[in-house]
Parts: sequence; structure tokens; C-alpha cells
Amino acid sequence: MRHEAGKERLREKGVNLFLFSCASLSILTTLGIVGVLLFETVEFFREVPFIQFFTDTQWTPLFVDKHFGILPLLAGTFLVSSIAIVVALPLGLLAAIYLSEYASPRTREVVKPLLEILAGVPTVVYGYFALLFVTPLLKKIIPSLSGFNALSPGIVMGIMILPLVSSLSEDAMAAVPNELREASYGMGATRFQTATKVVLPSAASGIASSFILAVSRAIGETMIVAIASGQQPRLTLNPLVPIETITAYIVQVSLGDTPAGTIEYKTIYAAGMTLFVLTFLFNGLSIWLSRKFREEYQ
Amino acid sequence: MRGKALQLNPNVIKRNERVDLIFKWVAILSTILAISVLAALLIDVLSDGAGRLSWKFLTSFPSRRPARAGILSAIVGTFVIMGLTAAVSIPVGVAAAIYLEEYARKNWFTRLVELNIANLASVPSIIYGLLGLGVFVRAMDLERSILSGALTLALLILPIIIISSREALKAVPFSIREASYSLGATRWQTTKNAVLPAAMPGIMTGTILALSRAIGETAPLITIGALTYIAFLPTSPISVDGTFPFIHLSFEWLKDPFTVLPIQIFNWVSRPQKAFLVNAAAAIIVLLAITLLLNAAAVYIRYRFRRTWK
Repeated sequence: MRHEAGKERLREKGVNLFLFSCASLSILTTLGIVGVLLFETVEFFREVPFIQFFTDTQWTPLFVDKHFGILPLLAGTFLVSSIAIVVALPLGLLAAIYLSEYASPRTREVVKPLLEILAGVPTVVYGYFALLFVTPLLKKIIPSLSGFNALSPGIVMGIMILPLVSSLSEDAMAAVPNELREASYGMGATRFQTATKVVLPSAASGIASSFILAVSRAIGETMIVAIASGQQPRLTLNPLVPIETITAYIVQVSLGDTPAGTIEYKTIYAAGMTLFVLTFLFNGLSIWLSRKFREEYQ
Repeated sequence: MRGKALQLNPNVIKRNERVDLIFKWVAILSTILAISVLAALLIDVLSDGAGRLSWKFLTSFPSRRPARAGILSAIVGTFVIMGLTAAVSIPVGVAAAIYLEEYARKNWFTRLVELNIANLASVPSIIYGLLGLGVFVRAMDLERSILSGALTLALLILPIIIISSREALKAVPFSIREASYSLGATRWQTTKNAVLPAAMPGIMTGTILALSRAIGETAPLITIGALTYIAFLPTSPISVDGTFPFIHLSFEWLKDPFTVLPIQIFNWVSRPQKAFLVNAAAAIIVLLAITLLLNAAAVYIRYRFRRTWK
């Protein structure tokens, strides 16, 4: 018996160690990401001055006359993400309010998974859809639209991140205690008044968290813009002309054979570092808001 | 407010009800609009590509001539990469979830791991590509191989698997664990024999959804430099010949270059010729069919095994 128990204890220790190392792998992943990005970015800044990276208005590392200003890529990223947000936030929030405050449980059980399919469609498929369906459609309305532009991928990206907003916002609204609604109805308020004056303010931090997560997803989205927005880094806010985002640039370089150690190779890490820092800030804010929300109600 | 009686003005009530009705329809229409985009996408892809689908398309290699091109290497690549990604990420992900949910003490390290996983889940996939390129392809010198691709995707979906597995474990009531402990079971016996079986449907649902996400991923694989023109299959893992023991296992295939469906689609979409766009649409139908089947399986498992604990 005693021997058995000893073996059992040993096994417990072994299992514990194994499980612990699996959980620690996530820390290693983050260290790996930061390490790899930092290493090549430091190399990059040995050749390109900091000032040029943040102030030069041209990004032409693949040309003979090389400029390394991140601003045009940032502008492209900002432009496409803004369009996506303008589409996803209102539609997503309205869908969430409908699902949470108006729809019957049966409708909700059908509609919510249907919306979530939108988030499950591979992004390369959305790229195809943007380039060959949405752009030609928009061209009929706006004849001056280029074949590659920021508008069409922006709209399609908005549809893609819509379920993120609607699902997470709906979860936040569902977590608002029913007593609050009942009190509002008891005062004679309509469902609209209850939704906008009671439920939305109570779920505000949860909804804000879903919005910010959607922004982060839009900034990091790659394939839609790589396919449909062109490959021309341009410092503009005009949605009708070809542009390039940070992510699309990384894809563009990766398609060619760029040997390690060249300045072109280092640029994708400098661009990747910029992207990582941006999304890290948004993710952090989103996580903080959602924790705050959970503390309020759960 | 005091002294001012609450007045029920019929006009105000009527106006409020009208606003409510209008708002309700705006909300319904927004929802319908989103779903109709999904419908438009499906119809567009089907009308573009359904005519191109044939047995020959599924069993041919890519070619410079669009009419002869097919997706055999892409389909095989997708399944091989997925199998390996699943084999790496599921055990590690579920183990990490078990540690955080069943074993870990609530201390600063656990909190750090939790925050870290939440952040990793939202890191753009292309950043994982840069990680894979730097660590697997360059530092570990695994080249642009099946192994590099699968490891990169495994890291990408690990946070998703951990988060959904934790939710599943959390949903198992504490009484189940107490019953097991009261019979003298150790922590691991409790986890293995009582908690895990109860959480299994939830874990499977989350895992399948994570894999269906990995199947559609393009950007990280492009970043690690997955080739787009692959007109051959990976080396067979089993070979039979006349020397003892006659059947030989080989892991050569881990080092082979590969392509997958999304990369093949991207490659065809980027070409100007119309015929390649049709090929892309046909390949998209296959990719969507696989993705939607996986999603359906996940939803089925969720409803079939849905259990309410008392």
C-alpha cells in the first residue's frame, strides 16, 4: 500500500510539472515574438535613423531610391480600419441590441450562429469577394474608383468583424441583471428606452471592450487588403485610390525571395514591430475594460 | 420633481411606441443586412466557380495552364498541415487549460499567464508568421517545411484552445470533483476520470472551431515563405520494400515544402487571367465546404451533448 501511494505521489508531481510547462509555453511564445521582432528591428535601426522612420512621407524600400517612412503604411492601415469600424460598429451594435432585447430566444439561437459564420469565413475568401464582387459593384456608383482601393476592402472587413462586435456586445448586454430591465419596464419605458437608457449604459465597458477588440482585429487583418487594396504605399486619406497597409506590405515582401540580413528583410520586422505595438495597446485596453465590466456584474 | 404628478400623456406614449417600433425594424434590418452579405458571398462564389468543380480539378496538380490546373497538392497539404497542427496544439492547449483551471494557485504568475494568453489570442496572425520565420525557419533551420508551417499554426491557435478548454472545465460543477476526492482519488485521477470526460464536449467544440480557423489562415504561412507552386505530394510516411522489417516508417515528409488551399487561392486571385479567377472560386468552394462542415460539427457537438448540471 505504502509503495503504491509513493508511486501515486510521484506521478502527481510529474503530471504537475508537465501541465505547468504547457501553460508556461504561452509566456515563451510572447517572449519569442518580442525577441524576434526586437532583434531584427534593432538591426533595422542601425541602418535607418529613427527620425526618418517616423517622419519621412515615403515608403520605398523595394526601389533603388530607398525611403523608410512608416507614415504611408500607417495611413493606409488607419484608412481601411476606419472604414471597417464605421461599418462594423453601428451594424454590430444594432444586431446585438436586436438579439439581446427584442429577439425571442428561438430566433437568437438561429441568428447568432448565422452571424458567427461571417467570422469563420477564411479571410482570403473575403479578399476574393472584395476584389471581384464589391469593387465592381461600387464602381457602378462611384465611376472614379480604382480597381484597387481602400473602400471596398474596408467595407468587407467591416462585415467580417461585425460578429465580433455583435456577439461580444450581446454577451455583455445579456449579463446585465434582469431586475434593471424590469424596473425600467415598470416605469412604463419602452424596449427602446430600456435598451438605450438602462441596458447600454450598464453594459458600456463590455461593449467598449468589444469595439476596441474589433479595432485591433481590423488593424491586423491581412489577406483582404493584400488582395483588394493594391500595393502602393501612399500618404492619403482618399479611399478611392490604391494604398498599402502594414500587413499587406509584409505579405508583398514575403512573396518575393528576400534573403535574411538584407535591409528589405529587416523592414518587414520593423513594420511588424509597429503593428505589434499598435495591436498590443488596443488589446490591453480591451482586456482591461472587459475585466472591469466583469467586476461590475459578476 | 416633488408635487409634479406623473402624467400619462397619450401622445407621449404613442410617440414612444412609434420610436420603439422604428428602432426595432432598424435593428432587424441591420441584422438581415449582415446575413445577406453572407448570402451574396456564397452565391457569388458558387456562380463563379461551381462549373469548374470536377473530379479532375480535385485530383490534378497546379499548372501554368488554367484549364489543366487542380488542387490536389493543396488539399493534401491542408489535411497534412491540419493533422500535425492538431497533434501539437490540442494536447498542449488542453494541458495548459487543465493546469490553469485545476492545478494553479492564484498567484502573480498565474495572473501573468492568463493576461498573456488573452493578449496572444488577439495578436494578428501575420505576427505569428514573423515569429515562425524567425524561430522555426531561420533559427531552428527547419526551412519552409510542413513542420515549420504546422508549428506556426499550432502556436497561433493555442490561445484559442486554452481559452475555450478553460471555459469547458469551468462549467463542470465542483461537486463532481468533491465526489471523486471523497473516494480517495488524487488530483490527477480526479481530473482524468471525472472532470475531463465531463468537459470533453466543450473542449471538442472549441478545438474544432480553432482548427477551422487554422485551415483558413493564409498570412502566417505566406510569411514563413510557403511556396505557391507545388506540383508534388509529400513523401509517403510508409514505404514497403524487400529489406527487413519490410514496412518502413519515415518522417521525411515533415521536411517537405507544401502548399495549402488558401495559398493556392491567393496565388490564383493575384493573377490577371480570368480563367485563374474561376479556378480560385472553385477552390474557395472546396475550402468553404471544409470550413463550414467543421463549424457544423462543432455546433452539433455543442447541442448534442449540451448538459445542464443540477
